[in-house]
Amino acid sequence: MNTNGTIIRMSDIRKVYDTGKVKVEALKGIDLEIHKGEMVAIVGPSGSGKSTLMNLVGCLDTPTSGEYELGGQAVSGVSRDTLAEIRNRRVGFVFQNFNLLPHISAQENVEMPLLFGGVRPAERRERAKAMLERVGLGDRVDHKPTELSGGQMQRVAIARALAMNPDIVLAVEPTGNLDSTAGSDIMSIFTDLWKQGSTMVIITHDPALARRASRVVEIRDGRITADHPSEA
Amino acid sequence: MITLKDVFKQLIRDVRNEKLRTFLTVFGIVWGTVAISLMLAFGTGLHRQIIKSTAGLGDRIVIVWPGLTSIPFEGLGKGRRIRITEDDIVSVRSDVAGLKAISSEYSTNMKVDYGTKTMSVDVSGVSPEFGSMRNLIPQSGGRFINPIDMDKQRRVAFLGEKLTRDIFGESQAVGKTVLINQSPFLVIGTLVKKDQDSSYSGPDAGKMWIPSTTYRALTGEKYVNNFVFQADAATNTKRIIERTRAAFGKRLRFDAKDKEALSMWDTTEQFVFLDIFMLAFNSFLGIIGVLTLVVGGIGVSNIMNVVVEERTREIGIKMALGAKQRWILTQFLLETLLVTFLGGVIGFGISIAVCAVFPKLGFTEYVGDPVVSPLVSVLTAVALGIVGLIAGYFPARDAARLDPVVAMKL
Repeated sequence: MNTNGTIIRMSDIRKVYDTGKVKVEALKGIDLEIHKGEMVAIVGPSGSGKSTLMNLVGCLDTPTSGEYELGGQAVSGVSRDTLAEIRNRRVGFVFQNFNLLPHISAQENVEMPLLFGGVRPAERRERAKAMLERVGLGDRVDHKPTELSGGQMQRVAIARALAMNPDIVLAVEPTGNLDSTAGSDIMSIFTDLWKQGSTMVIITHDPALARRASRVVEIRDGRITADHPSEA
Repeated sequence: MITLKDVFKQLIRDVRNEKLRTFLTVFGIVWGTVAISLMLAFGTGLHRQIIKSTAGLGDRIVIVWPGLTSIPFEGLGKGRRIRITEDDIVSVRSDVAGLKAISSEYSTNMKVDYGTKTMSVDVSGVSPEFGSMRNLIPQSGGRFINPIDMDKQRRVAFLGEKLTRDIFGESQAVGKTVLINQSPFLVIGTLVKKDQDSSYSGPDAGKMWIPSTTYRALTGEKYVNNFVFQADAATNTKRIIERTRAAFGKRLRFDAKDKEALSMWDTTEQFVFLDIFMLAFNSFLGIIGVLTLVVGGIGVSNIMNVVVEERTREIGIKMALGAKQRWILTQFLLETLLVTFLGGVIGFGISIAVCAVFPKLGFTEYVGDPVVSPLVSVLTAVALGIVGLIAGYFPARDAARLDPVVAMKL
């Protein structure tokens, strides 16, 4: 196995939520490696720890214990601002409910991570436009999210996720809010991105989506219960 | 980095979406700004007006009347009348260090004729320095008594503005000749209209002044009615009073502690009191203004809290995309400052407009004209800045501290 190509390296990751009275151990020791160019589907029933894992993978949260390296950079125990920087440069998010800013245009939405990444305005505009063209929305740059269909909104979100050229694209139920046509559209885009070399991590319970992945990681009750290449 | 343009865009969007809310927010700041700047402006105006009226009598001067001794001195009994001649004044002037100006004043009621008009006028014989000490400012085209008038005992007269009107009506007075006790006097100047809230022997508007040398020649008077002096600095006045009294006491043989031999009216006391009083008064007004602005600031802070809450999801998304805490903090802080600034500018505009209109309303004589002085502007701006920063800081900090996971409701 090519260790140089390791993008995600998690070892004995635990996450405990302390609600004051009760301590909930959401992740009970996760060991996971994801390599460059893989398309990994993380599947599991609700309450399995999927969302918690996604928060950790996406650097939205830090583990209670264990080591996490993303693109060779240690994530455990860094400051909030460093975490924000890591998210900005290394993670492209695609959410179930798109999470676009509703008052600004598709173009401005895609520019957002570039803005936080300190990219100059002219380059921002150029790159955002290129990304929108890449997802087939070159003619919708000035539309606001409310003027777009669900599938289009998700494509804007994908363009936004790709804008900073991240180490991984982290998608969370990306087809969950879409009808089947739009859903398979998005799945095709993902497959294309993967074929173009992007590393994809998709958290889903949609079997159709999981089948498209190169590898399926099953999680149950805070532990990885299965990790195998996709049957497809 | 975040640009002002981004904040502006956001603000314009907010204004459009929440017209009433934005209006109320800005209004609180507008009102606070108007309160501070107008209160201070009126305070400043009032201060200036009172100084102007008080200075109508004279510019931090001491007025002295010779009286009767009240303490026996070197074998002389008490109750002796003190009389002061011009020689005494000249001598004391050279003896007392720190005396900026001194002028004797001789006065009596005289008959003044001009054409068919005859009237009885208070005429004073004074020296040139009297004019500047007592703020007797000539209207353009005229002048006050000068040293040459004194030397040559010229028959020239300087007239109060009311007297001028009574004698000459609206026609030109300077250059005309009036008869004082049947002697012709050339009118050399007339007094500009001034506010005078205190006087001795009547307001200056109805008086007439002639050179003291001329006066003595005309009347044969040897003794001054009173004299007026001014210290080199207002703060030295007390010391100069003591020195002057001692110098006269030595020359005219009375006890230096005898307050009745020379009774003095120190007008600087009024100014000292006035300065303290106005400082207190303006501070009071300023504090009321600041409190009003603070209330406005609390309103802004509240609104910003609501705004942060409404935009929690947006904040979460931005954080997920890599916005650092500082970015979120700056965004909300700038937005608050912008609202504050906007309100401040509008409020300041209103204040300046009020200050421009006020003089036309005719209250100037009583309360003065409000002035938005540089000090008032600076104080208002500083208060606005502080209020804006504090009002914005706490909501902005709350926003920056949000957990992106919670904020996005994932």
